[in-house]
Amino acid sequence: MALLSVDNLSVSFVTRNGTNKAVNNVSFSVEERQITAIIGESGSGKSVSCYAVLGLIPSPPGRIDGGTVYFQGQDLLALSEAELRAIRGRDIAMIFQDPMTCLNPFMKIGDQLIEPLTLHKGMAKGAAKEQAIALLDEVDIRDPQAAMSAFPHEFSGGMRQRVMIAMALINEPKLLIADEPTTALDVTIQAQILKLIAELQIKRDIGVLFISHDLAVVSDIADQIVVMEKGKVLEGGKPKAIFDNPQHPYTQKLLAAIPSGQKATNPVAPDPLIRIKHLRTWFTPTAGAEPVKAVNDVSLEIHRGEVLGLVGESGSGKSTLGRSILRLVPITSGQITFEGMELSALEGRALKQFRHRMQMIFQDPYASLNPRMTVYDTLAEPLLLHGLVRTADLDQAIRELMDNVGLARTFVRKYPHEFSGGQRQRIAIGRALATRPEFIVADEPVSALDVTIQAQILNLLAELTKEYGLTMLFISHDLAVIRQIADRIAVMYHGKLVEQGSTAQVFETPQQEYTQALLAAIPGANAA
Amino acid sequence: MNTVAPVFEDAEKGSSLWHDAWLRLRKNKLALLGGSVLLFMVVVALLTPWIAPYSYEAQNLDLGASAPSAAHWLGTDIFGRDMLTQIMYGGRISLAVGFIATAVALLIGVTWGAVAGYAGGRVDAVMMRLVDILYALPFMIFIVLLMVVFGRNILLLFLAIGAVEWLTMARIMRSQVQSLRQQEFVEAAVSVGLSPAAIIRKHLIPNALGPVIVYTTLTIPSVMLLEAFLSFLGLGIQPPATSWGLLISYGAETMEEYPWLLIFPGCALTLTLFSLNFLGDGLRDALDVRGSKD
Repeated sequence: MALLSVDNLSVSFVTRNGTNKAVNNVSFSVEERQITAIIGESGSGKSVSCYAVLGLIPSPPGRIDGGTVYFQGQDLLALSEAELRAIRGRDIAMIFQDPMTCLNPFMKIGDQLIEPLTLHKGMAKGAAKEQAIALLDEVDIRDPQAAMSAFPHEFSGGMRQRVMIAMALINEPKLLIADEPTTALDVTIQAQILKLIAELQIKRDIGVLFISHDLAVVSDIADQIVVMEKGKVLEGGKPKAIFDNPQHPYTQKLLAAIPSGQKATNPVAPDPLIRIKHLRTWFTPTAGAEPVKAVNDVSLEIHRGEVLGLVGESGSGKSTLGRSILRLVPITSGQITFEGMELSALEGRALKQFRHRMQMIFQDPYASLNPRMTVYDTLAEPLLLHGLVRTADLDQAIRELMDNVGLARTFVRKYPHEFSGGQRQRIAIGRALATRPEFIVADEPVSALDVTIQAQILNLLAELTKEYGLTMLFISHDLAVIRQIADRIAVMYHGKLVEQGSTAQVFETPQQEYTQALLAAIPGANAA
Repeated sequence: MNTVAPVFEDAEKGSSLWHDAWLRLRKNKLALLGGSVLLFMVVVALLTPWIAPYSYEAQNLDLGASAPSAAHWLGTDIFGRDMLTQIMYGGRISLAVGFIATAVALLIGVTWGAVAGYAGGRVDAVMMRLVDILYALPFMIFIVLLMVVFGRNILLLFLAIGAVEWLTMARIMRSQVQSLRQQEFVEAAVSVGLSPAAIIRKHLIPNALGPVIVYTTLTIPSVMLLEAFLSFLGLGIQPPATSWGLLISYGAETMEEYPWLLIFPGCALTLTLFSLNFLGDGLRDALDVRGSKD
């Protein structure tokens, strides 16, 4: 019998604008000692169905319309709140995307682990402490003794997620629900956490319900995959079956959208458009403090007409490097030249006039557009500022831009909040292209987007690069994405450039240990 | 807004955040009622010289203080002047002080706060320390001093009250701008090459206005109360001009014999303050970004 079996579950939310069926006749199950992964894009109802299982849907506005949820032979939906709470604490544990919000920032890690042990399990203080250290050791925290007296903010994201897992294990649950547990983590850390979950699941006989938007991530660890879209289960099965023979068109689309393959080599004659020499960008958070060496002695050339992929994990300084080139952050020392002209020396008017030759595309399309400006005003601003078109030709120019980035002309009067993430990113790309720049820094332009949208935007960027003859610095933490779009790759680690070379070179014969670790951590080895 | 040439003749109408806020406000009956009452007050104040039942100077010493009657709906004061007329003229001054002083505060506060918030660093530190210093001054003494030195001048009263009220406005604006300038659309504006002044004007202020508007609707009543208080002390509006505060002050002196002299101006002031507060609450709910669709 399945550990957890959900049958025909329906959940709806009653809002001012009517009833919204978030989950519609969904069935799935988690077998003992197995991992079931629910895959879906944002709004697919994957999280809602799992929260409904635990009775965690706020009601109102939420409402469970029907279905059964059997956990170890007990119907969870028929239980009272008190009974359910007992099961939630004891037999079912959860881990979340952002461990920082789940840990008390004012309590030492050790105390946060000891407290439930003494409270729920009635252990003596000394025994609880030993048990807590053993738990930390089990989730591979180095030096668990020292970790006991640390505060959450002293830990990295990966370490915090390990602590969360240790806390989830305290009551020896039968079922672990993991809601996007690795989404906020760097790729090498993600690989470690996934490995840890897979190991614990076998060692401790736990069933795992793993919620993710990333098909590649779950392909390595899941025993069962359930694909959801718009509140419905489209198909389910073994990973191999899903990957080799997807039945539903949406699953096929998802698979096709996994960034794969490599850009056809496009050998450009090395003609450096931008030369960076010994660039340092340091930040001093408070006067007198040790500076943060975000970019530390980087020398790099970006050739005309190429897409240079800049890879690194969070905190590696890759975004700061991009912003330094565009002179959006003050540089500490070093030289940046653009066609032989020294950018680092430009000031005031000269800099302002130069800005239209280089533009930036930002990561978060929700934050990068002024919410009070229509598409028209957003696109018109750079055109008018630099006097690139006459007022009489403005409409024509804006129409051309919208056509180029694939936005329907009828949207011209609309505001950013009326668009989806992908459409917003198109507007942002249009704004960056408006000045006809020669060089663009794209800072994680697709990482905030759903995977199918991500594929569309990548294609658009690739097309536009050709059409506009752009040179691009494409910053990403995602090697699969980089591989698809970049001609050359530069790898950053702790503010330094550790490796660069053509895409094929870096992927096939990585020289540095760090690059090798990065490549090994790419999820979806089974998927490819 | 720019006009759209035939290139975009089939453009769909977008719904701005202001429009969305209006749709939400429209559902709040109490706020609408407050807005209507306020509008009524303003219209009456504007039209007073033409619609007041009696002339402002008209006295009837024979009549004295008389209770409400058919001829004088709200009674008369001890000089036999019609109370309704007095309240209407007083409202002109009270509302004018409220709106103009708030406008002064708004102008200084928004500009000051936006500049400080955007510039950051040393400029910000200096500008905000100045605000702190002004905060620390006992403002009543400040206003009393101004009145004593420059004479009791109504224009000065506007300026004095405005000069006190802008401090909070500046702080609100600064904190708004500080959080906004972290957003990528501001960085995008920099990379497009916009000047700091243009960024503040086009990108920062429109996005920071929500809380400022709410605070404005709550500042007007506090300014009107301040004026009433000053007039009550004899420092504000000087006779023969009158304001609600002054009328309340006179009414209070004789409230045992002639209660209507206190009750009616008191009602006018209270009604206006209530309306502004309801409207302010409604605006806060309507403009709250967290409530907007995203």
